[in-house]
Amino acid sequence: MTAPLLEVAGVGKRFGRLTVLDDVSFSIAPGEAFGIVGPNGAGKSTLLNVVNGVLRPDGGTVRFDGADVTRADAAARCRAGIGRSYQIPRPFGGMTVFENALVAASFGGGHTGRAAAEAAHRALETAGLADAANTPAGSLRLLDRKRLELARALATDPRLVLLDEIAGGLTEAEVPALVETVRDLVRAGVAVVWIEHVVHALVAVVTRLMCLTYGRVLAVGDPHAVLADPQVVEVYLGSTIAGDDPVVEET
Amino acid sequence: MTRVEPAARGAGQDAVPPSAGSGGVRVRRSGPAAWIGGGVLVVAVAVLAYLPYVSSRGTQIDLVGLFSLIVLGTMWNLLAGYGGMVSIGQQAWIGLGGYGLVYLAGTLGLDPFVSIPLAALACGLVAWATSYLAFRLSGGYFAIGTWVIAEVVRLLVIQVDEVGAGSGASLTAFSGIDPQYRIAYVYWVALGVAVVVVLAVYLLMRSRIGLALTAIRDEPTAAGSSGVPVTRAKRLVFVLAAVGCGLAGAVIVANTLRVQPGSIFSVDYSATMIFIVVIGGLGTIEGPIIGAVVYYLLQDGLADLGNWYLVVVGVIAIAVTLLAPKGLWGLTRGRLSVFPTGYRVGRGT
Repeated sequence: MTAPLLEVAGVGKRFGRLTVLDDVSFSIAPGEAFGIVGPNGAGKSTLLNVVNGVLRPDGGTVRFDGADVTRADAAARCRAGIGRSYQIPRPFGGMTVFENALVAASFGGGHTGRAAAEAAHRALETAGLADAANTPAGSLRLLDRKRLELARALATDPRLVLLDEIAGGLTEAEVPALVETVRDLVRAGVAVVWIEHVVHALVAVVTRLMCLTYGRVLAVGDPHAVLADPQVVEVYLGSTIAGDDPVVEET
Repeated sequence: MTRVEPAARGAGQDAVPPSAGSGGVRVRRSGPAAWIGGGVLVVAVAVLAYLPYVSSRGTQIDLVGLFSLIVLGTMWNLLAGYGGMVSIGQQAWIGLGGYGLVYLAGTLGLDPFVSIPLAALACGLVAWATSYLAFRLSGGYFAIGTWVIAEVVRLLVIQVDEVGAGSGASLTAFSGIDPQYRIAYVYWVALGVAVVVVLAVYLLMRSRIGLALTAIRDEPTAAGSSGVPVTRAKRLVFVLAAVGCGLAGAVIVANTLRVQPGSIFSVDYSATMIFIVVIGGLGTIEGPIIGAVVYYLLQDGLADLGNWYLVVVGVIAIAVTLLAPKGLWGLTRGRLSVFPTGYRVGRGT
């Protein structure tokens, strides 16, 4: 077995008296597509924040590509190869779409001059935003904001991309194209950690699935097996809100 | 057009999937407006540089005030408009710059024109050290923190007997120069400082660092997650703004020949800087220049009103924020750009 690309071991995080993550461990092989499901408030986004360095865990370690990055900041981890898209898009609103991608290509990807412009442009093409290059990012609609999150993550030349509900909030018609883009990413050898409530989209791409609840790992393994787990069904259905469809559809 | 492949990173492969039909990308950074505007500015600076030969000493002394306002506005804009840091303590560096000039040129006897940049560099050093304190705070707390730092600097400076303690000191280093020449020299230095500061900010904002700063201003968390070294970039801006304000402070003292702790460390400077930037247009290089000119004209034209002058200035500030939230330069809606820092993409062949 190859050495894991990402190794999260015994990670815990508390906000005051609230334990958000409790002894979470998992690891990902290079190029693997890994899904995370769980009810709202299970700690999924917090877990991504700990993995990409926006938050420091209270305990445990995060290793990326063999190196301990638990103390490294988000910028250093991005340069090491961890790209991130946010659940609620965080565009650089005063900059154009191209400039958004250029920031990521220049600093995350470490490119300069012409190479940076090319990398940014390629990321926009992959995410389907090349035609909006000169549009101010602040005026994009939701689908394009999600695409911009993806483009910015791609422009950093990542080896691991963390996707936080990239399909969330989109219409049924908008989801397939985005799923296809993620699938392309995995085909190109990029590892993906993907949080998603749109489970059928997730299961169509990932090869392993983890269910998180109350900050703990409830189950991890084959996606269909995890979703059939009675505990997962209970936890997930018990907290399903309108619009979240945990039923797996064959695609 | 040849495609440039990203540099391979370690053992990792090219992560971005190659997309079909991806041609090159053409990036344009300035338009005709920039060349025309730049030309107008060059002519304006040339005319201003010639002015001491044809104008009164009073006019020159007045204009030095305008040049320092341009520098101060440009520095506050760099901090808030590009670095996302709202400071109300820039008077710390204005005061240190002014006092630095008095100390270096008066007490130590250095050449006053050499002392001006040296005093500004000293401001940068102190700012670098204090940034480790100030950066523990953010948002409104940061703003108040900078004010506290400025007060601490003032309280420390008035303990120093060599620079007149609480009563201030006069700058005597120019006494060997004929006043007519002295005033002209100070005028040229002030003009030079304003030109250098504005050009430096322009070049900075066109560089990679400018890209990083704009991203940090818009979304600091996403900037960090995109690989931007957020704290390092902010610290650089904090230090540069201190150097610029130190230059302005030294120029102000070289112009008035007197430094008093109560006025040179006055929080009024921060209010003035904010007014200039808000009136002119936050986050643009042109804005603070326009704002400084507006403020200077108001100051000049309303001098007879006494305290009512502040009321008028306040009403104008409120009116501009309501009617033109992006400042006077914002009224151009980006159609005009004398200092273009953005990137426009045209499809390559």
